[in-house]
Amino acid sequence: MNYRGVYTLFNKEILRFYKVLLQTVVAPVITALLYLLVFSQVMASHTEVYAGVAYGAFLIPGLMMMTMIQNAFANSSSSLIQSKYTGNIVFILLPPLSYLEFYLAFLAASIVRAVVVGAGVWLMALFFVDLPLYSVGVVLAFTLISCATLGTAGIIAGIWADKFDHLSGLQNFVIMPLSFLSGVFYSIHSLPDFWQVASHFNPLFYMIDGFRYGFFGVSDVNPWISFAVVTLFFAGMAVTTVVILKRGYKLRN
Amino acid sequence: MGDLPRPVLHVRRTGGVVGDETLTMASDSNHHTNGGDSAEAHAEAAITIRGLHKHFGAVHALRGVDLTVQRGEFFGLLGPNGAGKSTLINIIAGLTRSDSGSVAVMGYDVVSQYRESRRRLGVVPQELVYDSFFNVREVLRLQAGYFGFGSEIEPWIDELLDGLMLADKASANMRQLSGGMKRRVLVAQALVHKPQVVVLDEPTAGVDVELRQSLWGFVRRLHGEGHTIVLTTHYLEEAEQLCDRIAILDGGKVVALDTTAQLMDKGIGRIVRVFVTTAEPLPKSLELPDALRALVKWHDGVTLELQLDKRRDSIGDVLKLLTESGVDIVDLKTSEADLEDVFVELIQGRSK
Repeated sequence: MNYRGVYTLFNKEILRFYKVLLQTVVAPVITALLYLLVFSQVMASHTEVYAGVAYGAFLIPGLMMMTMIQNAFANSSSSLIQSKYTGNIVFILLPPLSYLEFYLAFLAASIVRAVVVGAGVWLMALFFVDLPLYSVGVVLAFTLISCATLGTAGIIAGIWADKFDHLSGLQNFVIMPLSFLSGVFYSIHSLPDFWQVASHFNPLFYMIDGFRYGFFGVSDVNPWISFAVVTLFFAGMAVTTVVILKRGYKLRN
Repeated sequence: MGDLPRPVLHVRRTGGVVGDETLTMASDSNHHTNGGDSAEAHAEAAITIRGLHKHFGAVHALRGVDLTVQRGEFFGLLGPNGAGKSTLINIIAGLTRSDSGSVAVMGYDVVSQYRESRRRLGVVPQELVYDSFFNVREVLRLQAGYFGFGSEIEPWIDELLDGLMLADKASANMRQLSGGMKRRVLVAQALVHKPQVVVLDEPTAGVDVELRQSLWGFVRRLHGEGHTIVLTTHYLEEAEQLCDRIAILDGGKVVALDTTAQLMDKGIGRIVRVFVTTAEPLPKSLELPDALRALVKWHDGVTLELQLDKRRDSIGDVLKLLTESGVDIVDLKTSEADLEDVFVELIQGRSK
């Protein structure tokens, strides 16, 4: 194992987003806060989603998770497409890094960025809303598995995309709708039957629902089921990534 | 930039500690120990290519390439656009996978022993690529880090920066550098992990004369100190001046492989052109002996070009025959074929 090589690639990915912190961390935190302020004001008079949980508090875990998974996806996908586009991807293809090391470095950096952004949303939200914390373990478990899943999806997307337009299409027509329709702003029990059923086919719904359980101890779906679904989804993504990296798909052809 | 400071680059196959007073290009052997009975210890060749094939869709880019680059050689890889040079280099570097055949760098297979082979190979890519997020020193630190080096590599980075006249740009963002400077950073990146084999893929394409000379000065020193250099270039006079041996690739095949001197001596390489200027204009229907007429390529009234085969024809005899035929010679120039002539003849000969 080329530990130093993996650490360097991980560190390079961290430095890459750190150098444009305003765009990669501050902007998503501010966007999430705007959602919080607007929606919590508009929806404040509505019935509590869960007994004893104010709508503002209900909203925060969903916003945190939505922001985290979007940033996990954006970190790996944008780094790879930029490197491919500018040609500097050769600098990480020439060294003695295995496909697994390559994957781990990009994955870890995606998770770090997502966690930093998620923590930023949480800290800022604490100024506005009183947020309970039912289980740190559940929160951390769903954070890691969800960010890993979307970070991995970002790697696949970054390798697959030939131009920025492809990536933009994925972000705007797949990731964004799936994250908006995953119960960030509502409980799926408030939806018509069809959309309740449809939501169960959205893996992002399980990420948000399980994550929310970590804060309130209540959720739409049993958190163990959610965790199993997300883990299964992650495993599928991870296997796909490892296979395409091992084959050199679009990178070493 | 012909007066670049001399880099201290000594090749050593074993031992060596990075950070010694004398920095060694091969000192990573203590960093990545291969053992005494390693493939490298037994490998005679720097690069061994056997039966290499590569298709890109319907295009058969490499059609069974066999090639051996010996240790310490300055090897030229020439060929027209689309000949397969870059594909070959990309396969050696692990950037492209072959359909069949094998490539080894210092005895290590580039697929099954990629870690060992890549540690011994430095590649200067053809395109002027860079990462705009970082400055020059950061770029070199990162590149060394990918190969497993940490802070112990700093003195070597300083040496590279000095040697390539980049020391005053160490903190400059890559975006701020001129094209020539970016090219030098690419060379530094290729050398930062102290490879024994350095591949330069058209490093002087679009580069001004001054930078070209300074780059060759630097590369000559690397070669002089024991490194194997593989060069692809479109500037044939560069290959002629620098390379010990040359392979010419065309249509995905090696069509010529020999020492530069032998290659020059083959076919058109044996030809000497003699340009004779006469005092009086020659008639259009110049009457010359048959033996002489066969040598005349053209004449425009005052100048004659004759092509002589060095093995068969004597310039003295030809001049004597010309004088006897009534040609009053006032000036004489000779020109031997250069690599470009050899190259053009080989490629054109194949396309006929």
